[in-house]
Amino acid sequence: MAGLLDKRREGRDDVEIPTASMADIAFLLLIFFLVTTTINVDTGIGMTLPPKLQQDQQPPPVKDRNMFKILVNSQGDVLIEEEPSSLTQVRDRVKEHVLNFGEDADLSENPSSAVISIKTDAQTPYRIYIRTLDEVWMAYREIWDSIARSGQTPGGEQILNQTFPNYQAYRSSLDPEDDNLIRDNFGANISIAEPDTGE
Amino acid sequence: MASDKFQKRSSDSEPGFTTASLPDIVFMLLIFFMVSTVLRETEIKVRTQLPSAEALTKIDQKRLVSKIFIGPLKQGENKGDTAIQIDDALVENRRAIRRIMYNKLQEQPKLIASLKVDRESEMEIVNQVQQELREANALRINYASTRESNAQ
Repeated sequence: MAGLLDKRREGRDDVEIPTASMADIAFLLLIFFLVTTTINVDTGIGMTLPPKLQQDQQPPPVKDRNMFKILVNSQGDVLIEEEPSSLTQVRDRVKEHVLNFGEDADLSENPSSAVISIKTDAQTPYRIYIRTLDEVWMAYREIWDSIARSGQTPGGEQILNQTFPNYQAYRSSLDPEDDNLIRDNFGANISIAEPDTGE
Repeated sequence: MASDKFQKRSSDSEPGFTTASLPDIVFMLLIFFMVSTVLRETEIKVRTQLPSAEALTKIDQKRLVSKIFIGPLKQGENKGDTAIQIDDALVENRRAIRRIMYNKLQEQPKLIASLKVDRESEMEIVNQVQQELREANALRINYASTRESNAQ
């Protein structure tokens, strides 16, 4: 009996905590934290506000034909150039207006003088405003996409030395200090009009 | 003689990596990630359910961004009222925005004001804030929005 106990003791002395699985446990935790950590990048629609006007300074004049007016009321009804319309039409109408090149007497003279004006009511939900703004930006995006694909502007001017599958690919190929040739040559003029306060 | 030596060696040292330091390396990485994970910098007192959009741009330089939250209050007496929050404080007086933003612009001339506006907010307040930003000459803005999901 005593001999058996002795044998057990002897065996116990050799016992150690196995550290081989420690690495696995640590890896599991590490992978969990790696996966759950989200380094969220801020995304949004970038705009530049017009500078504050000095006293008795008038906003720069824009020819009526170059101005493309979009009105959105609080119910989300859209008025494009004084005609009732819908948000889904905004994109095509904007492209038509910008790429007119003086053809139609009611639309823009050339892309650089075309101005898109968005006007909302005071009670318009922000969501609808963003949708409208997004549609206008997407109209320009689609034009920029075609410039990136062909390397030349819709006016036939060669501005890029190489072509890209889309505008995003072109943008990501730029260094931060590089000039964005597409936007420099084909900028977007979007004006946010102040809403009617009803006063 | 030679074969004797060889045999002795092979029996003495068992080949294989020493895995003893592996947990230490991994724990070091783990602790780094645990420490660097930031859950939330500021408590946001207003609800901001962002709208979704397609024509998004990324803001790569985070240090240029200053966030302005606009949305209904989450709690308190005036719960549900639309309020403006800059950094961690609610802005009671809307006229104060121009001063706050002007001071921020002095520190960071290339400031981008990121407007985090709740999707159901009315344009009136957004326009008021924009007018204040014009007064402060903080003209670079960004309407924060999420990527459009295909379901919508």
